[in-house]
Amino acid sequence: MNKTDVLIIGAGPTGLFCAHQLGIIGLSCEIVDNLDKAGGQCIELYPDKPIYDIPAVPECTGEELTNNLLQQIKPFKIKFHLNERVEKLKKVDNRWHVKTSGGADFDVAAIIIAGGVGSFEPRKFPLKDCEKFEGNSLFYSIKDKSIFKNKTISIFGGGDSALDWAIELSNFSKVNLIHRRDGFSGAEASVEKVKELNDHGKLNLYTKFQMDSVIGDKHIELVKIKHDEGNIKEIKSDYVLGFFGLIMQLGPILDWGLNIDKKTVQVNTENFETNVQGIFAIGDICSYPGKLKLILSGFHEGALAARGCFKYAKPDEKLRFEFTTTSKAAQERLGIKK
Amino acid sequence: MAKITYHAHDKKTQTIDVQNGLTVMEGAIQNDIPGIDADCGGGMACATCHVYVKEEWLDKLPVKEDGEEDMLDMAFEPKSNSRLSCQLIVTDELDGLEVNIPSKQG
Repeated sequence: MNKTDVLIIGAGPTGLFCAHQLGIIGLSCEIVDNLDKAGGQCIELYPDKPIYDIPAVPECTGEELTNNLLQQIKPFKIKFHLNERVEKLKKVDNRWHVKTSGGADFDVAAIIIAGGVGSFEPRKFPLKDCEKFEGNSLFYSIKDKSIFKNKTISIFGGGDSALDWAIELSNFSKVNLIHRRDGFSGAEASVEKVKELNDHGKLNLYTKFQMDSVIGDKHIELVKIKHDEGNIKEIKSDYVLGFFGLIMQLGPILDWGLNIDKKTVQVNTENFETNVQGIFAIGDICSYPGKLKLILSGFHEGALAARGCFKYAKPDEKLRFEFTTTSKAAQERLGIKK
Repeated sequence: MAKITYHAHDKKTQTIDVQNGLTVMEGAIQNDIPGIDADCGGGMACATCHVYVKEEWLDKLPVKEDGEEDMLDMAFEPKSNSRLSCQLIVTDELDGLEVNIPSKQG
């Protein structure tokens, strides 16, 4: 069991800066995020796009912002639990016990949800029939590529993941790559490579095709794909892989008894606590009259929520308001040597 | 100003006056039209404002910018008349535009 003062859900800019604010006032925290890296939407959706409205930073990219925030919280040596999604929540006396998808356990005084628009999950095939094969012969990510050896794999998608895996698996599997149009969003070099493999018969490329149906008993045996013009092709397949990027979903948080309205969690504006005591929500995921979905609002909300956690983490102490310019305690926590 | 008609998947239809300069996505969000999520807020980064445009309008719309087609690869059941509604900026010329909203955005 990981025992800490506060659990932050979401490692986007809001969650990261909130960790800083907790650190400054002497509270410990750990951060859980379903992605494999910190940064949230800034990293996943627009790492290279410039942002122009971070106070005192005239221009920076999503990636630069994330790296600067990580640098800023370095002194607090915060533990990250990436590739994990929070699942279960239980109140035990005055503490919260939280379990994640990866089996990590937390015992915390308070929880701050900084989950953006939800956790990033793979986008799935629209076909309902695909669900029954998911995890056995249909996948949205690859954990163990050795299972594909000498098998026939049908890969759907036109981005880097689809192209990279098509190239990689063509070394030891029979690969079909199916994409809805002639153009690809993946890297030009990968597109060239895929076309070359196709020309040499090392891979079968089907463009302007989309999935029509999957057929099989326990395992997938056949996929039918449909051309833009309507004709249908049958391809024998042992495995199907879909790479359609990520979508954001609220997930298990929906079952936590929070007041939720249109994918957002209602909070007060005094300390951004939800209707459940000890659970706070900040950033894009929270809503209140006048809410602005800006990163700078997330910073403000995080600063107040961090202070809101204090009474749960240290019920016998009183929080002092201090400035980092003059507070000895804050500077010690930041590791500043004078 | 243009009248934009949104056909939801459940067959409910709403026609809204949308101000010039706003996007078809914003017209939907401001009027609580269900089925257009716009998770990324109009950044052409999420494909959850995907709509099907009535065929006769396809040629009259602003052309797709780089990246829109890439994002549409990620959309739920894209078709030849798919567009991201955050990229459709309303002008007088779009008066009468009709879009169908897919059954899901993801």
